[in-house]
Amino acid sequence: MIPAAFTYRRASSVDDALALLAEHGEDAKLLAGGHSLLPLMKLRLAVPEVVVDLGGLPDLSYVEDRGDSVAIGALTRHHDLATSELLGREVPLLAHAAGTIGDPQVRHRGTIGGSLVHGDPASDLPAVALALDAVLVVRGPAGSREVPATEFFKDFFETAVEPGELLTEIRIAKRGGQGWDFQKFTRRAIDWAIVGVAVAGDAVALVNMGPKPMRASAVEAALAAGASPAEAAEHAAEGTSPPDEHNASAAYRQHLAKVLVRRALENARAR
Amino acid sequence: MHVTINVNGEEHGDEVEDRTLLVHYIRDTRGLTGTNVGCDTTSCGACTVLLDGESVKSCTVLAAQADGHSVTTIEGLADGESMHPVQRAFQEKHGLQCGFCTPGMVMASVSLLRENPNPTDAEVRSGLEGNICRCTGYHNIVESVLAAAERTTEAAE
Ligand SMILES: Cc1cc2nc3c(=O)[nH]c(=O)nc-3n(C[C@H](O)[C@H](O)[C@H](O)COP(=O)(O)OP(=O)(O)OC[C@H]3O[C@@H](n4cnc5c(N)ncnc54)[C@H](O)[C@@H]3O)c2cc1C
Ligand code: FES
Ligand code: FES
Repeated sequence: MIPAAFTYRRASSVDDALALLAEHGEDAKLLAGGHSLLPLMKLRLAVPEVVVDLGGLPDLSYVEDRGDSVAIGALTRHHDLATSELLGREVPLLAHAAGTIGDPQVRHRGTIGGSLVHGDPASDLPAVALALDAVLVVRGPAGSREVPATEFFKDFFETAVEPGELLTEIRIAKRGGQGWDFQKFTRRAIDWAIVGVAVAGDAVALVNMGPKPMRASAVEAALAAGASPAEAAEHAAEGTSPPDEHNASAAYRQHLAKVLVRRALENARAR
Repeated sequence: MHVTINVNGEEHGDEVEDRTLLVHYIRDTRGLTGTNVGCDTTSCGACTVLLDGESVKSCTVLAAQADGHSVTTIEGLADGESMHPVQRAFQEKHGLQCGFCTPGMVMASVSLLRENPNPTDAEVRSGLEGNICRCTGYHNIVESVLAAAERTTEAAE
């Protein structure tokens, strides 16, 4: 499978990337790790006329200590998240979840920014960003704006990043000592989650339980009212509308969500 | 477009279409057919090569993305007549059957051992989760990687 013809442009800076996007408008697509976009292009489900490669921008690949928070460049690869000593200490949920994505080859290419902007509800990092109340920095021609993760994921594969804009940074408050857990149920080693659960303290987010990644609000409300993990987990399916397809039925996913939320909450409390 | 890619230690300048996949550049432009295409969908790992020393699936990378970078394929591992320790271990431990997955397995193993020179059996198994062996010869593949790790560690001591 070969993508349809396009013109390749490598951005030399963030400003250059924005200028290329402005010049080519809807015909252009940003390329980060390419591990969501290139498969779509090979299937010709995406047919951009211009591909703007961000891969040459080393200044967007970093994990930095900012005092009370950690800042992560959008082009930081899953492999670098998983092996970051700073994240391992201060935001272990993110480091751990990044290490469960795909396989080593995928993690050597895929980036946190690409994963978040792609907005696939079956992806892991969007739910992790929700559970961690991450703040996403989006830059456009008029400058930068900060979008809380809870407002970032709009709909099926749709995020707050508008055409002509790009995600530059992800900020997360340090979590050293907070209980966390990540549950990911897959049928085969490198598959996406049938259902996934990210827990950070009493924040709970779900992978693949609706058209977009979501917080399990009913579970969180039950916990806030003093419910035990097992009691709170019984609310895991409320407000969800999971996919119903050959890998798993919607009813199976709703049952699985309750099981995984209970496990995740119990593990988080034991940590 | 024009790309300059260091392939197996030698710099090459080549004209490619912008949409050329790295695996096609390696096989068709460079004539290095050791790298196989299995699934063409980022699933099987047969097309694994090293990009700047790290394993990647070359069916899901553009040749343009490798412009200015280094690629190592199975042909670039041996030192003259002397096989790379991972290649030698695959031979000795019978880590291959039909051989189709082998170049990808070997490249993924080289990358794995660079990141983790002393892996456990479980770490080898999860480290090779992106590579499928349709002959299902996993047991000896894992034995081969563990043997290569042992030999490399001994040599370093
Ligand atoms: C075999 C395989 C298994 C996988 N398994 C998993 C898994 O288990 N869990 C999981 O979560 N994911 C999985 N993935 C997806 C993987 O994590 C991708 O790397 C990720 O979703 C996209 O990141 P990328 O850097 O490759 O983005 P790209 O593919 O380059 O881009 C994706 C989209 O985001 C846009 N984009 C990228 N960067 C920016 C930016 N900075 N600003 C604005 N827009 C941007 C692009 O225009 C494109 O629309 C898998 C992928 C493969 C191929
Ligand atoms: S051919 Fe590239 S992963 Fe199978
Ligand atoms: S040896 Fe035949 S596919 Fe692995």
